[in-house]
Amino acid sequence: MNGGRPKETNILKVIDMKVSAERCHHCGACVGSCPQNAIFMNDFVLEFGDACNRCKRCIRLCPAGAISEEG
Amino acid sequence: MRTLNCDVVVVGAGPAGSMTAKWAALGGADVIMIEKRPEIGSPIRCGEGISRSWLERVGVEVDPKWLARSVKGAKIVSPSGEHYVTLDESKAGNEVGFVVDRVFFDKALARDAAEAGAKIMLKTAATSLIMEDGKIVGVNAVSHGEPLEIRAGCVVGADGFESQVGRWAGIDTSLKTTDIITCYQYRLTNIDYDPDFTEFRLGSVAPGGYAWIFPKDENTANVGLGVSLTKLKKPGEVKEYLDRWIASDSRFKNAQPLEAVAGAVSVCPPLDSVTMDNLLLVGDAARMIDPITGGGIANGCYAGMYAGKVLAKAVKSNDFSQQVLQEYEDDWRDKLENTLWRDWMAKEKLISLPDETLDKLTEAVSKVTLERITVGTLLAAVRETYPELVKEFEDLI
Repeated sequence: MNGGRPKETNILKVIDMKVSAERCHHCGACVGSCPQNAIFMNDFVLEFGDACNRCKRCIRLCPAGAISEEG
Repeated sequence: MRTLNCDVVVVGAGPAGSMTAKWAALGGADVIMIEKRPEIGSPIRCGEGISRSWLERVGVEVDPKWLARSVKGAKIVSPSGEHYVTLDESKAGNEVGFVVDRVFFDKALARDAAEAGAKIMLKTAATSLIMEDGKIVGVNAVSHGEPLEIRAGCVVGADGFESQVGRWAGIDTSLKTTDIITCYQYRLTNIDYDPDFTEFRLGSVAPGGYAWIFPKDENTANVGLGVSLTKLKKPGEVKEYLDRWIASDSRFKNAQPLEAVAGAVSVCPPLDSVTMDNLLLVGDAARMIDPITGGGIANGCYAGMYAGKVLAKAVKSNDFSQQVLQEYEDDWRDKLENTLWRDWMAKEKLISLPDETLDKLTEAVSKVTLERITVGTLLAAVRETYPELVKEFEDLI
């Protein structure tokens, strides 16, 4: 029921979504809007979980333009 | 691991959480309210404009500590800027608005909860629900970096727009693309404007949403806008909309920012259910934001009060089953549900209108005599002038 909250072991394999710490306002807009509940904010660090299906809603949604695809 | 026991654990110390904690504690419940941030009320994620009338009804006393400004009226401006609906004090009686300081407002509500007997823990984030034999019996948390178990008869999800508690419990709080507004706001100072009126600007300045000016003092205001996610094409575009508006409006010619605020609001219909055995949701976490105004504080405070009162009863019978919590479900629906539906339907309609139509609509409504400016009186005025726009939900007006 937790949408694939990353465990210590799988944080590193997290995927191709990138958050710019320089742009992020830590507002939680992406967290509350993610259809997969795959984004978590822990102490001002944004993490993507396994449940992310690359729908990319968060990329358009982020008011600060802080989320992008890697690569 | 450290374990705490209580009757009610409230996750999130915003207005809805504090109201729940206060009213539950007043009724004799042993309440712990946890807040993941190190300070209640900060950072701000809000335009800070509220109406005045509901405060008394939820037992909140006006306090100069959190009242930034009392405005004399509101002005709704058409896309072209040529037409506007305005309402001032002389006509509005006591129905004019407040602009608050959330940093102090949220603390005042938390103080009320504390005075009622609730315990508050900062820097304490819920991480999951504790389940035993399929029953919710509390939350796991991390408090100042240390794991903590808080066992409670009822878990209250007051964890805001990004709510996790509801999702952990299996309550579907997911939002459609059409039901999300993305916002950006500056607190701008050195502006040359009328500090006695809140301003709402419609149309392509903020597609699918609106732009606002909420006065903080003689030359400082919260200036922001919200755009429907459906209208956003590229990353960070909402900030570009705001920067463009500010650059084009001479009132902001010499403006400088004191604060930048980002965020999103839900503009969805009411959820089917926000209660289950041993758990309930309040406020933004329960998707109770008004879909037309984007305001969430009043609805969150009403819901918190209703929830707290029902929880106080539940404590006495030590029964936090859904059946008992249904009274809260009935109370908040009785107060808010029709309005949320009406405003969601109105939002769905308004979002489809081009600037020219919004201009005509504003012009028509400006000629109707209004006693108050509320979403209800405005929609009634629309019904008078453009009945076809609201015919699908006229029974709710």
